[in-house]
Amino acid sequence: MTLYVLRRLAIGLVLAVLVTFITYLLLSPSFDDIVVSKLGPTGATPEAVAAVKTDLGLDRPIVVQYLDWLGGVLHGDFGISYFTSQPVGDAVASRLAVTLSIVLVALAISVVVSVTLGVLAAYRGGAVDRIVQSVSLIGHLVPSLLIAIAFVYIFAVKLGWLPATGYTPLSEDPVGWLKSITIPVIALVIGGIANLSAQIRGAMIDELHKDYVRTLRTRGIGTRSIVLKHVLRNAAGPALTVLSLEFLTMLGGALIIESVFALPGYGQFAFTSSLQGDIPVIMGITLFGTLLVVGVNLLTDLVNGWLNPKARVL
Amino acid sequence: MTTPLLEVSDLRVAFPGRGFRAKPVEVLHGVDLSIASGEAVGVVGESGSGKTTIGRAILGLVKPSGGRIAFAGQDITAAPAKARRALAREIQVVFQDPYTSLNPAMEIGDILTEPLVMHGATAKDARARVRTLLDQVGLPSDAVRRLPREFSGGQRQRVAIARALAPGPKLIVCDEPVSALDLSTQARVLDLFIDIQRRTGVAYMFISHDLAVVRHVSHRVSVLYRGDMVETGPADKVTSAPDHPYTQKLLLAAPVSDPVAQRARREERQRRAQAEAAGAPAGAA
Amino acid sequence: MTEVGVLDAEVAPEPAPAPGPGRRSPWRRLLQDPQAIVTLVVLVAYVVLGLLADVIASHGPNEASLQAYNAPFGTDGHPLGADSSGRDILSRLLHSINTSLVSGLIGAGVALLVGVTFGLIGGYYGPRLRSGTEWVFALIQTFPGLLLLIVLMPITKGDYRFTMLIFGFLLAPGVYRITRNQVLGVKNELYVDAARVSGLTDRRILGRHILMAVRGPVIIAAAFMFGTAIAVQSGLAFLGVGNNQVPSFGAMISEGFKNLYSEPMQFVWPSLALGILTAALVLLGNSLRDALQGARRKPAKIAAPVVAPGAAVGSASPAGADDAGAVLVVEDLAIAYPTPSGELREVVDGVSLRLGPGETLGLVGESGSGKTQTAFATLGVLPPEAVVTRGSIRLEGREVLGLSERELRTLRGRSIAYVPQEPMSNLNPSFTVGAQLVEGVRASTDVSRAEARERVMALLTRVGIPDPERTFRSYPHQISGGMAQRVLIAGAVASRPKVLIADEPTTALDVTVQAEILDLLRDLQSELGMAVLLVTHNFGVVADICDRIAVMQEGRVVETGETTEIFTAPQHPYTRMLLGAILDEETVRTDGPAAVAVPLGTDA
Repeated sequence: MTLYVLRRLAIGLVLAVLVTFITYLLLSPSFDDIVVSKLGPTGATPEAVAAVKTDLGLDRPIVVQYLDWLGGVLHGDFGISYFTSQPVGDAVASRLAVTLSIVLVALAISVVVSVTLGVLAAYRGGAVDRIVQSVSLIGHLVPSLLIAIAFVYIFAVKLGWLPATGYTPLSEDPVGWLKSITIPVIALVIGGIANLSAQIRGAMIDELHKDYVRTLRTRGIGTRSIVLKHVLRNAAGPALTVLSLEFLTMLGGALIIESVFALPGYGQFAFTSSLQGDIPVIMGITLFGTLLVVGVNLLTDLVNGWLNPKARVL
Repeated sequence: MTTPLLEVSDLRVAFPGRGFRAKPVEVLHGVDLSIASGEAVGVVGESGSGKTTIGRAILGLVKPSGGRIAFAGQDITAAPAKARRALAREIQVVFQDPYTSLNPAMEIGDILTEPLVMHGATAKDARARVRTLLDQVGLPSDAVRRLPREFSGGQRQRVAIARALAPGPKLIVCDEPVSALDLSTQARVLDLFIDIQRRTGVAYMFISHDLAVVRHVSHRVSVLYRGDMVETGPADKVTSAPDHPYTQKLLLAAPVSDPVAQRARREERQRRAQAEAAGAPAGAA
Repeated sequence: MTEVGVLDAEVAPEPAPAPGPGRRSPWRRLLQDPQAIVTLVVLVAYVVLGLLADVIASHGPNEASLQAYNAPFGTDGHPLGADSSGRDILSRLLHSINTSLVSGLIGAGVALLVGVTFGLIGGYYGPRLRSGTEWVFALIQTFPGLLLLIVLMPITKGDYRFTMLIFGFLLAPGVYRITRNQVLGVKNELYVDAARVSGLTDRRILGRHILMAVRGPVIIAAAFMFGTAIAVQSGLAFLGVGNNQVPSFGAMISEGFKNLYSEPMQFVWPSLALGILTAALVLLGNSLRDALQGARRKPAKIAAPVVAPGAAVGSASPAGADDAGAVLVVEDLAIAYPTPSGELREVVDGVSLRLGPGETLGLVGESGSGKTQTAFATLGVLPPEAVVTRGSIRLEGREVLGLSERELRTLRGRSIAYVPQEPMSNLNPSFTVGAQLVEGVRASTDVSRAEARERVMALLTRVGIPDPERTFRSYPHQISGGMAQRVLIAGAVASRPKVLIADEPTTALDVTVQAEILDLLRDLQSELGMAVLLVTHNFGVVADICDRIAVMQEGRVVETGETTEIFTAPQHPYTRMLLGAILDEETVRTDGPAAVAVPLGTDA
């Protein structure tokens, strides 16, 4: 088991290195433009550009530049922003905290609601089933961007219950924090429930049709145990895969939501940095984003292995 | 006699083991088999005996790890793709499951004409041939425009037989062709196999777990046990008075459809099992 | 396969090919779905409007005029008004359609091209090539999605087509996985083997047999991906990623959002246009799914069998009056299933059975005869769609039909128990054998966990498992089929039931194992004094173990009697036909190998 985790971890790190390297490669053709825009239209004489490139180390071969960056990362040095001179590690971490606080809360709520609805819909049918199907349809039909704006309009503008924009850190004011993330979270939760509840319903139904469910019934075992212990455990595997995809989808959705609610999150940061061509920041953002993906995938596989005894022999 | 139609000698097949750096698992440990023109040879065995694997090796669906397969005197053990495709005219197959052996999305007519056209027949010739084939297997000619799911298991198996007969092969590998069918259908399909053999002189390799089925169609029978051929001989001898202890065990385990005879057989089986448990148990295996 | 699964396919009697259901092609089915037609019409309308953008609108999308600043709805020359830069809203909307459709085409197109190609290769060819493609797609999946599209702004230079090209690659792993799984599922199907044996080339097999099977799910995915690509392009444009000279719904929504309080219509128009477009794509995707994959699965209720309203259910005579000497009585039982047209079709039609204490009754019949349905009805575990239309089932004198799931639960395990056909699929793969058996014992008796465990260990020893301690701790996939069937028998007899329903208990097993399992059932029966209802199609099994036989044909019992009587003097023609079809020990092939070889089909 430890060997398996180590192997997966190693694969994840290799993938992360490849992803950041490819990103660096893709960015490299625009280094000249970036330097030009940094110097401004008047100061960008060929000599000045060359000087800045030498200064930033951009005149070296790409691989050397990348290895230099990677070496720094391994020592915990993510570089310094070209424009704000802030250490990239700190800047990225503080922005990531905002985004993750929204996404994780939204994910937790989505999971609780979706599992409850999905399970009930699968083995009871009737009204709950119709609710799940309608919610999932509506959630899919309306782009989350529009849902977010509608919520701002209703709860912040019309009713004035909650702040329309801005973010209050949890450490400063817990109530204010809660208020500031409520609408963004709801906007994400709707999409989340739409996806997850339908998937959990489907996985549960597939599992409920299996032969062992009938056999358990014939032994006098109660419906509660059959559904919540036997069937849910087996349905959790496929549902978990969807959950990890949903997490990544929400991260993507959060980037847009942040813009609507003017939250100082990851997406905003990525947007401004790439607009400026702040290479160290872009690389830091890519690295952390990649590590998130790698971590989520690894965690999913580990939990799946724990859930499924057949996969455990690895 | 001249060379047999099919000659399998010392055939070995190994599959890659499961898991990281696992050793290959050998499922056939050197099997010999020969089939003459127009002959039906039964291959009997339980699950894991490797009986299906022999058939698949002959059909080129698995690669042997050793030994030799010769068809009409010609070595086909590792025939290259092109030669293998040419062999399709000579060696055909009828699989066990009539529900998955026909492409659910294709009409019967297309299923039957596809290989004919592939081997160079004109569309018109192919259609005429299909009508003859359907007639031979006892299906109406309007079956051409239907999908497999519109037929019962027995009828689908007739379609599969027609497909196997289409190129006029010399050998058909029949892998448990009646075990998914109902009892009454089973008997009729077996009779069809015999009837076709009498008329066309095609040879069968008839794979089954059921001694009764094999006895019904085969001239000779071979018994497989965990990848080894333990007994080969005339069908009535092997299936009613076998020499090898495993074949005897197999025969005694198969229930007879007669309460009185079955009681006698059961008691005989239990007596032997007790004797075996009391004596040295390891020797026979 | 259980009988339930075969119901539709096997009801057709052998001789005449019945025109089966669902003959219509999926495309025709799609065109009969109003939702599909409406969404297709909407999408075609969008395409036409987009193509005619320059004809319909009298202004260019970026043509700003100061006079038109925030022009309201219905202004002359600006039918939908103009935005805060004085640009014509109608023109911008129409040109935004083109942006969206091109985004969808590029995104979904690239994803399909890359995903399907590699999915076919990775699925069809050996594991070595597959592990290569897996790596590539694992790498693509590691890219942080939307973030990457933002981060790469310096190189896309705001060209949304380039961005969508990259997004297509990001979408590709999903298509790859669908295709690869479909191919892996199909490639081991016997019909693909048959095509190979027929001498078809790999290319033809991939193109004709495999692509056909992959087609459905990929088309469905394409519709959804088209929608996703449009949504992502709009989202990015909303953020401001991209050239602001390119008209797009996202950019329009963003501008409208800034003006939301003063000029709400500038926000409403693009939102509506985008909303309708993505909704149409999602609904079309759903319709495609219904047409290509059949209706979505209904919930699988866990409940006692449904009794048809107003059905004559229950004992015709006073309860127990003629039940003397019987533990299980089935009387005039009828079970029906709804057909696609909504009517009920009976698959069991007036079955009556009596099972005396300690007796073994063989319920014999071919597939589709209703024997398994009858067995499930006695246990109260019919599929949720099944309806009991009349009859009575009395277990030890008590009417079972009409009882709730909770009431049935008190009978199961103690009074009546079940041994299934497929040993492996009837054990939960995620729990140890021991845990599953202990739970059953505790559900049907009042014993502590330790006592239950002890009883299970004793049972495992009793059913002939050589190392019960180890089997107790094993997961189902770690034991053989024969052992699994012994485990299931142990589970069934754990609470000493009066009646055991065994549904083809040896069909999935090898003959030598079958003989041992039959011996075990016989011994347990005499030890516990159980009555056994043995459902089977195998007359050898019947001859071995049954005292009496009931022969079923098309939902009816055609003949009942002592085993020896029926074997020696069958009365009903169907029974005689069945017995005649048995391949007995005397039938040996007598004719020699065929001499002449006349290839078939040459009309010799």
